Formats: sequence, structure tokens, C-alpha cells
Amino acid sequence: MEPILEIKGLRKSFKDFSLKGIDITLERGYIMGFIGPNGAGKTTTIKLIMNLMKKDGGVIKVFGLDNVKHELDIKQKIGFVYDENNYYEELTISEMKRIVASFYKTWDDNAFNKYIGEFKLPLNKRIKNLSKGMKMKFSLAVALSHDADLLIMDEPTSGLDPLVRRELLEILSQIIQDENKAVFFSTHITSDLEKIADYVTLINDGEIILSLEKDELMNTYGLVRGGKELLNDVNSKDFIDIRENQFGFEALVKDKNQARKAYKDKIIIEKPSLEDIMLYYTRRCRNV
Amino acid sequence: MNIIISNQSDKPIYEQITDQMKNLIINGELSESELLPSIRNLAKELQISVITTKRAYEELERDGYIVSIPGKGSYVKPQNKELLKEARIRIVEDKMAEAISAAKTIDMSLEELQEILRLLYEEV
Repeated sequence: MEPILEIKGLRKSFKDFSLKGIDITLERGYIMGFIGPNGAGKTTTIKLIMNLMKKDGGVIKVFGLDNVKHELDIKQKIGFVYDENNYYEELTISEMKRIVASFYKTWDDNAFNKYIGEFKLPLNKRIKNLSKGMKMKFSLAVALSHDADLLIMDEPTSGLDPLVRRELLEILSQIIQDENKAVFFSTHITSDLEKIADYVTLINDGEIILSLEKDELMNTYGLVRGGKELLNDVNSKDFIDIRENQFGFEALVKDKNQARKAYKDKIIIEKPSLEDIMLYYTRRCRNV
Repeated sequence: MNIIISNQSDKPIYEQITDQMKNLIINGELSESELLPSIRNLAKELQISVITTKRAYEELERDGYIVSIPGKGSYVKPQNKELLKEARIRIVEDKMAEAISAAKTIDMSLEELQEILRLLYEEV
């Protein structure tokens, strides 16, 4: 089966930033986390997928279809959650729902009411009076109520408390109980992804640094600490960026087993967090 | 059926699942031909990725503990219990042989070794 989302050689240039021909592939049935520091190109990529911006080059296919040529058909099947609220602030939830529902051929009022109930959202409250978590849940309820196959979310967890973030993760794993669906979401809160993401794609300064199975990433990479006498010209290329302090160094390695063989008990090796991996890669780019 | 995973452990999560499921099968807590949770359901319940549970089931199938039937699910494969137990005993024997050769390199006597074994056995 063709990928649910396929991006090839995507380019977009601005005055001070450019996406430099990125590739991303996501299969049905999985969750991909899209991580990177602020300004790395996450939102630009998502806006290009949604055709909210014109690309300079490259190909974006959603459900196997060109995202510009088949924009309307595709969007019927995408659930989209933005970082910021994109609804009319003065309307209540039920008024706003009536407007949004009219856009979708497959709008399912029962599903919407079910989510409103589950999320405990007040139907008659104006959107401007909702908390940030409630606004996100409202966006999510809309995104989930028209039988979307692909859920695309831009920073859905930023600004949410841990309780709501956990709820969101549970909803995401609920969605992919259907193996025809997939979730693509950007975040800089990497601990959210450490649990449920199947794939992790790291972007920095408009380039994809890595796109891998999360398990592979977490099980092969290692965070290494040791004495500074271990560092020399030869081995520094084994390390993805090194942080030295007065009493030793810390570095990220791609293959912790190889590092263990090379340095035995002269070093301590720990399991890195996704945040460690992101920091080490993005810092390296800044140093060069 | 209990499956308890640790995110801190150095052991990959898929391995934690396969180890625990193998134990459940050997101990008979999971009985022959019993339907296992789907990979997606297990991932959801444990709040881990689908790829992880998929890998765990693939390894279990490869090692002959379960069978997966496309569109139906995964089942505990009818096992020869004696054979399974023997495989387990062989693992113990291998590890012991390793310990013995380590002991011999420092001229440790059988009595000393037995004493260590006894102490550790009671501790674990």
C-alpha cells in the first residue's frame, strides 16, 4: 500500500530561512513525531502539507494524491489541529461546530457529541472564554468528527498541562487502533513522543537530521560520560557533539555497543532521552 | 495476564514483553490456543508504540511461542511443555558453565563455588 503521507525534495525559501529539499514518509497505522527546535521548519512543513503556503519545489502526496491538485478531496480526510486557535472567538462551541460541520461531507454529529462529552466541553461557552486545554480539545473534537484517516497536528501539546497531554496521547493511540489511520504531529515536548510514537523525524534549520523508528533510536544511541583524557582527534568523530566541563565530558554516540567495546569501563553509558538526542544534534549544527 | 514494563531499564521494551510472555506461556498462565491481545491494543494499554509490540510478537512467533494468523490475531502455539522446560534448563546449564570456568581461572574450589551459589540462591 502507498504511504499515507509522502514528501519528496520539498523546498521553500524565505528571506532568512529555507526548507532544503526534505523527505518524509509515513505509513498507515503509525504515529510519527516531528521534532526540532523553534524555527527549524516544523510549522512551515505542516503549512505546506495543508497547502496554506505555496511550495518552491518538491512533491507532497497525501493518500497517494498530489496535495495541491486534490486539495479539497484530501482535506475531507485530514483532521487538522493547529497550535493557535483558529476559530471565531465570539462564537460558542455549538455555533462554531455548525459552521465547521458544513465543510465536511462526512461530518458525524454523534462522534462530535461523544468527544464533547468525553472532553467535558461546555457547548454554550464562547470560544474566547475557554482555557487553552479546552480550545485544543475542541479542535481535536472537530478533527476527529469527520472520519479523518490522517491526523496532522502542529504543536498540539504546547501550553497544555501534563494531565491533558496524557489524555491526548491516549486518544492518539485510540485512533491508530484502526490500522488504516495515521498521526503526524510536531512538538518540542519530546517526552510525549518517547511513549507512543512509532517514528521520530528530527528537523533542524530546514533539513531532516534523522527519520527513524523510535525504538531503534532509543536502543542504539547512547549518552556517554567519561574523563577528558579519553578525547583526542581520532575518536572525536565517533561522537555527535561533545560537551566538556572542568571534570570530564558528555557526548552522544550513535552506537552504544561500539562505544562500550572501544572504551570498556572507562566510560558510563546511559540511555539518552529524545531531548538529549535533539539537543546534541541541533547544537552540533550551530557549532559548525 | 500481567505485563509490567520499565522505561528506565536498559533492556529494550520489546524484549521485556517477549520475556514476560514467554514466562506466562511456560508457567501455563497463558494457555494453549489462547487469543492474545492485538498488537494495537497492547500498545494502547501499555502506552507504547505499535512498532514495539509488533516487534515483540514477531520475535515470539520466530521463537515458536505464538502463531499469528492474518486478519484473526495471535494465539499461543500449542507447546511441548517438556521441551520448553528443557530449553530453559539448557540456559541455566550454559550460565553455570560460564561461572565455573570463571571460578577455575582463580582456582576456586567446588565447595567455595557451592557456598556462593547457595548464598545467591537464597538472596535472589
